[in-house]
Amino acid sequence: MATTLETPRWKHLITKVTYRPEFSVFIGFVVIYIFFVVVSQPVFHTLNGTSTWFDPAAELGIVAIPVGLLMIAGEFDLSVGSVLAASSMFLAIWYGYWHLNVWLGIVICLAIGAATGLINGILVTRTKLPSFIVTLGTQLFLTGVTLGGSTLLTGSSSVDMTAPSAVKTLFSSSWKQFNVSVLWWAAIAILGHHVLTNTRMGNWITAIGGDIETANRAGVQTSKVRIGLFISTSMAAALVGIIQTVEYNGSQAANGQSYVFNAIIAAVVGGILLTGGFGTIFGVVFGALTYQVVTQGIYFTGWDTDWSNALIGGLLLVAVLANNWFRKATIARGVKKG
Amino acid sequence: MAVTSEASLELKNVNKNFVGVSALKDVSLKVFPGQVLCLLGDNGAGKSTLIKVLSGVHQPTTGELLVNGLKHQFSGPHEALQAGIATVHQTGGTVPLMSVGRNFFLGEEPTKGRGIFRRFDRRYAERVALEELRSLGITNVTDGGALVGGMSGGERQALSIARAMYFGAKVLILDEPTAALGVKEAAKVLHLIVKAQMRGVAVVFVTHNVHHALAVGDHFAVLIRGSMADEWSKGERTREQVLDLMAGGEAMGDLEDELREIRASGLAPQE
Repeated sequence: MATTLETPRWKHLITKVTYRPEFSVFIGFVVIYIFFVVVSQPVFHTLNGTSTWFDPAAELGIVAIPVGLLMIAGEFDLSVGSVLAASSMFLAIWYGYWHLNVWLGIVICLAIGAATGLINGILVTRTKLPSFIVTLGTQLFLTGVTLGGSTLLTGSSSVDMTAPSAVKTLFSSSWKQFNVSVLWWAAIAILGHHVLTNTRMGNWITAIGGDIETANRAGVQTSKVRIGLFISTSMAAALVGIIQTVEYNGSQAANGQSYVFNAIIAAVVGGILLTGGFGTIFGVVFGALTYQVVTQGIYFTGWDTDWSNALIGGLLLVAVLANNWFRKATIARGVKKG
Repeated sequence: MAVTSEASLELKNVNKNFVGVSALKDVSLKVFPGQVLCLLGDNGAGKSTLIKVLSGVHQPTTGELLVNGLKHQFSGPHEALQAGIATVHQTGGTVPLMSVGRNFFLGEEPTKGRGIFRRFDRRYAERVALEELRSLGITNVTDGGALVGGMSGGERQALSIARAMYFGAKVLILDEPTAALGVKEAAKVLHLIVKAQMRGVAVVFVTHNVHHALAVGDHFAVLIRGSMADEWSKGERTREQVLDLMAGGEAMGDLEDELREIRASGLAPQE
């Protein structure tokens, strides 16, 4: 209390902001963005240039936010990529090939997501097997089903679909070069942030990832919470599947495979602790932005794009080290030693 | 004072068997409001099993468990908690990367607002947690939003104990709360035990540290190989007697002889 009298208010505020765990993620994003603005051709900072990394960041971010929440609860989900593909391919077959009701198709896509999440969640909580392995299994299974199923039903691994205009408005309308997925992303980020910081559920998620035994003893329904989170990651992936099918007028069975790890990378670059129990949604938002600035930015530099994974790998390592340091600083705050 | 009131928690002739192995043999004990019962015993003496029976994790194979004189059968630790029996474990009990306020109310989060506006009342949680810590003499922690990971071991124990009492614990079972702590921190925990006792809580203090036990205990029980080896009230045994009993008395004498022989044989070649 005494410190508020001694130091001016604005200094106090600065300390508060800089100690927030997502602050380092934000600074990292700004530094990397400025770097690419400087080294790229002068179109990178324009509206068109921005949309080339902002739109993919939105689609990645829609999945990365629930994945981040799940990681805070101490679990992984590697199956999001194949859920995305399955949802995308299903919608293309349902409406583009069979010409059935598009809205019903969208509902079924989301149900495929929910069902996959439910199965992942039940398998992980009942068997106590690592979610890494369980969801890797679902990932491979669904990838196979999507490719095999599309070839069996349509004779092709690529199915065209032109969505009706109402569906296009909802999932792929755009302002200048910016896709409506940015709004979906914003809505999911606000919801995710609200759940994590303002609800009892948020407290349970953090506690489960921090120390599941303690959470159990305190009466938290640790299995139910985790199953719910697995459902949310899969449904978010299904949503991006729908968006991509509508946006690109069709689906390919190989869609979404890059999501297997990049949702996790976005979350970790965004300051989520790999072992669970710590992280923020704003961090994940900037994690997704940073990831896409790097992957897309390299195309504007004129450099050989073969090197882009090396850059992302380096980014991941630096991010993990920085987050580790900032977390320690956060722990040390607020308790006097003695 | 204790004799006149009813026991908060009582075990009557409790046996606990695990697939043919007898972990507890005919154990009876009572703990009264405002009394500290020290449960002493070496590793493997059955202390952990006894705690698990008291806190509802295990059910006795035979024998009875009584809360305020009434027979109870717990199906799990949550039922024991609802009956006012809280257990604070040596490790855990708090989540290091969560704030003081959030830890304090974990599972019992206060909310404000209604319907979709219902949300976690962070300010209230942090204020109450700090007040309760302060009432137990923990003044180092000044920010309810600070992470528990920055607190010392003793302060974390205090948080768990404060939390248990705030949610109405009538019996507090402390499982080796001083074992992992330095001298200063252990002293803090002993202060906490006395403060809990002063508030009329019945405390079961499980330890293998005789000095810590003698400092705060009113009644003592020693567990050896699953049986109650000895039981006494404050002042009925000297420190030496207790230390001897804990070390295994005669067994210790034999050990000393054996060690002397080993030393003698080791020195022989040099002579």
